[in-house]
Amino acid sequence: MGDPPPDPETPPHQPSSRRSSQASQRRSWELSQPQPTISEDGPEIPLDHPTNLQGWSPGAPLTPQENLMFQAEEGQLGGVEYPSLNMGFPSELQYQPYLEEGGIQATRNASLMLQQLQQGQGNLFQQLDSAYLDTQPGFLGQFNMYQGEDLQFHQGAPHGPYMRDDPALQYSPSELGFMPFSMEVPEPEPRELAVQNAKAYLLQTSVSCSLSLYEHLVNLLTKILNQRPEDPLSILESLNRTTQWEWFHPRLDTMRDDPEMESTYEMADRQKGLFLRSGAGAEGEQEMEEEVAETAVPNIMETAFYFEQAGVGLSSDESFRIFMALKQLVEQQPIHTCRFWGKILGLSRSYLVAEVEFREGEEEGEEEEMEEMMEGGEGLEAHGEEEGEEDEEKVTDIIPKPMWKAPPVIPKEESRSGTNKYLYFVCNEPGRPWTRLPHVTPVQIVQARKIKKYFTGYLDAPVISFPPFPGNEANYLRAQIARISAATHISPLGFYQFGEEEGDEEEEGGAGRDSYEENPDFEGIPVLELVDSMANWVHHTQHILPQGRCTWVNPLQKMEEEEELGEEEEKADEGMEEVEQEVGPPLLTPLSEDAEIMHMSPWTARLSCSLCPQYSVAVVRSNLWPGAYAYASGKKFENIYIGWGHKYSPENFNPPLPAPIQHEYPSSLDIMEISDPTVEEEQALKAAQEQALAAAEEEEEDEEEDEDEDLED
Amino acid sequence: MEGQSFGSPWRQLLLATWRALIGAVGAMDAESLLLSLELASGSGQGLSPDRRASLLTSLTLVKRDYRYDRVLFWGRILGLVADYYIAQGLSEDQLAPRKTLYSLNCMEWSLLPPATEEMVVQTSVVKGRFMGDPSHEYEHTELQKTSEGDKVFEEEVVVQIKEETRLVSVIDQIDKAVAVIPRGALFKTPFGPIHVNRTFEGLSLSEAKKLSSYFHFREPVELRNKTLLEKADLDPSLDFMDSLEHDIPKGSWSIQAERGNALVVLRSLLWPGLTFFHAPRTKNCGYIYVGTGEKNIDLPFML
Repeated sequence: MGDPPPDPETPPHQPSSRRSSQASQRRSWELSQPQPTISEDGPEIPLDHPTNLQGWSPGAPLTPQENLMFQAEEGQLGGVEYPSLNMGFPSELQYQPYLEEGGIQATRNASLMLQQLQQGQGNLFQQLDSAYLDTQPGFLGQFNMYQGEDLQFHQGAPHGPYMRDDPALQYSPSELGFMPFSMEVPEPEPRELAVQNAKAYLLQTSVSCSLSLYEHLVNLLTKILNQRPEDPLSILESLNRTTQWEWFHPRLDTMRDDPEMESTYEMADRQKGLFLRSGAGAEGEQEMEEEVAETAVPNIMETAFYFEQAGVGLSSDESFRIFMALKQLVEQQPIHTCRFWGKILGLSRSYLVAEVEFREGEEEGEEEEMEEMMEGGEGLEAHGEEEGEEDEEKVTDIIPKPMWKAPPVIPKEESRSGTNKYLYFVCNEPGRPWTRLPHVTPVQIVQARKIKKYFTGYLDAPVISFPPFPGNEANYLRAQIARISAATHISPLGFYQFGEEEGDEEEEGGAGRDSYEENPDFEGIPVLELVDSMANWVHHTQHILPQGRCTWVNPLQKMEEEEELGEEEEKADEGMEEVEQEVGPPLLTPLSEDAEIMHMSPWTARLSCSLCPQYSVAVVRSNLWPGAYAYASGKKFENIYIGWGHKYSPENFNPPLPAPIQHEYPSSLDIMEISDPTVEEEQALKAAQEQALAAAEEEEEDEEEDEDEDLED
Repeated sequence: MEGQSFGSPWRQLLLATWRALIGAVGAMDAESLLLSLELASGSGQGLSPDRRASLLTSLTLVKRDYRYDRVLFWGRILGLVADYYIAQGLSEDQLAPRKTLYSLNCMEWSLLPPATEEMVVQTSVVKGRFMGDPSHEYEHTELQKTSEGDKVFEEEVVVQIKEETRLVSVIDQIDKAVAVIPRGALFKTPFGPIHVNRTFEGLSLSEAKKLSSYFHFREPVELRNKTLLEKADLDPSLDFMDSLEHDIPKGSWSIQAERGNALVVLRSLLWPGLTFFHAPRTKNCGYIYVGTGEKNIDLPFML
């Protein structure tokens, strides 16, 4: 392939035909002008070659250039690069046949192009580039390939073999062992024009956005080359989408805050407060000693670990945060004992519930304040009623008093007894402040049994239900907590025992014992036995009677007291209704005594891990209150509830029907029912009255006249 | 990539996409099981460590034996005596019916038959908890009219329904009713098959709090009934499933942001026990069902 075969006759046709076909497609260009002169010059030019070009021997170097020309003729786009691309691969010549055909003409063109390039390359290509690159300067600046290519043309540096896109290499062509600009074979103008045309087309921006296909493809290819994913062809569409998206959604810079993440950061800040210890420096040591000695906060992590064996519970970092939150609670309130009761899920937010007991003597000041307010309120209401009554008496018609009497209000249980044995604090998330729940009243428990509503997560939300619930969500929550505690708090048999100093059963009215203490001699029941029989577990919270209390109170006794205070009570002798004392199972009843739900045991007991029974714990799950779990292992046990806070009922929920319609008042002398007079009747009456009035006036006048006459006489 | 062959380029594309998937989409992927369980633990129910370990091992074996593309852990149905652990195996097309497997000990898995309409109807009369024994049979007495000649008898026929059938139909119902997937996690191509969107980077925070950004992971039912005006705003490659917004009764989904918006949790109130979690701006999403397998029929009273 050394010497160009001297055959000037055949080639001219082909290249010229190609040239003409290309020329017809493009716009005029400076380079095209000198072309006619080329063909005329004919074969003389190759002889001039070596003199004009530096270091360009007519032999081997020609061949790669011919290759490049013919490759460019192939019409490959992006071909501005291609001439230089193939410089380094002389061995990959595949176009030798072409060589023979149009060798000389091609070389002639090549040489001329190169001449022109050398002469005007700065101008030409700068013009080219400025035309196309001005619009997106910063853009293309990112892409070293193209910039490098431009620089190459400017500097006349060859691209060499396709090195990995290392911009350094492109900028220092001297490192390459190739000849400078001489290797840069100019394409024949037709091809170059075609390429430039194609590039112009790609650079078009659409009306709707300022992104052109050219830029987008540049972005995409850069992204692929930078990230080098495996199998890029398979994820091409996805990458396409991502690139487009990224163009319109640039990353925010460091100066501006991300507005969406505000609440996350805020929460994290709040939770950070949990983790920082109060007090620092010298006091730190003292505090450590105090804390290590005794703390009211239980070992939540241990409990969480055991429950995790059973597949129940929150994740471990959540448990830890709860632990820190409980610690915070203990620091804020005078707490004697504290326990994590569980989590109740709600619609918008959930509740974390802590069961606490205040220290002896620490009266709950809030409770008293609340009671005072309530009594004050009642006083005002009573006052208002009295005023109303006075007004009523003035009116001629006495409105009859309603015969309906409210059922007697059952008094709520004292603090630290019965359903109000413990105080409950709730919070929505660890880090948020704890709120205390009010004590529960029996009527609230009774009503809570009749309704079934989801918790919203806001304590002051109203509970809209039928029958109407006396209170808001805080009261409903407290009532459900009371019910769940009473039904599902269990412990292994023997852990708790009754104290020895108990009063006689007679004195307490047969209500049973209501206090217990820990058994110091508790040895622990083997796990297998705990799982086998439900008799090994007992309830350690009092059962709630249908009345709503744990200890029964005769409502009629209270009623008598109220009646004495009342003024106009005529109904005192309606008769004492016989009220039966309500009795429930006593404290520390084993679970085997629990009532079944539709032939289903209310409890399910399991070993936590059947594969290693030596180390597993016994887990008991309630079927009546789904979400209530208890575990026991050795001498430890614990209860927890995580759920929605509702009882399981195999039948559908049937809301109670509305009360029957009350009877109307019977007609009596006091009250007589008549129909309202119609308009005509009223008018007739009015007319009659006026007539009567007129008649009376006439009579008076007559009488006066008569009197006057009499006097005159 | 072997996709150079022109045999089935879409198949090759799908296969490569599946293999390249990182985050779990749908129920819990066996590969990201631990992370998913952690994120879904807010509802209180999860898996004990021994079950988790057995699952990871056995699901890999299931994948090999049954030649599934992916195996997902679906959840746990609590029975009185024992619990059922359910897994599902997927083929390439995401919306194709899945194969369901169950196990009592997370080690030995048995394939369940696919659900049919008759099964659903038949088991709708069974109420109460699952027993936990797959061979248990529920007895249901029905009055059937049989005519013999001129007389029409009403006989009491005792129908036996196997617990396995009930299990199949319950799982199917739950999947059809409350399986959730975020918008953008799947996309549909004009050729038909539905792919996992490899560039799904998660919903943004504002989108994650809206019910309309989540879809039912099933064939669309309500989509066809939308007016043209509504459909004009939809992107057909992404919005090809029903969204949760129009579920009846309204409010049957509880959407919560835990950890201060770092995690969005959807809980179904219709099938209590189904938890869907998604960490916004990340690919992590998935759902798990841990519950008794009973529908909450009292829902309208409770809202």
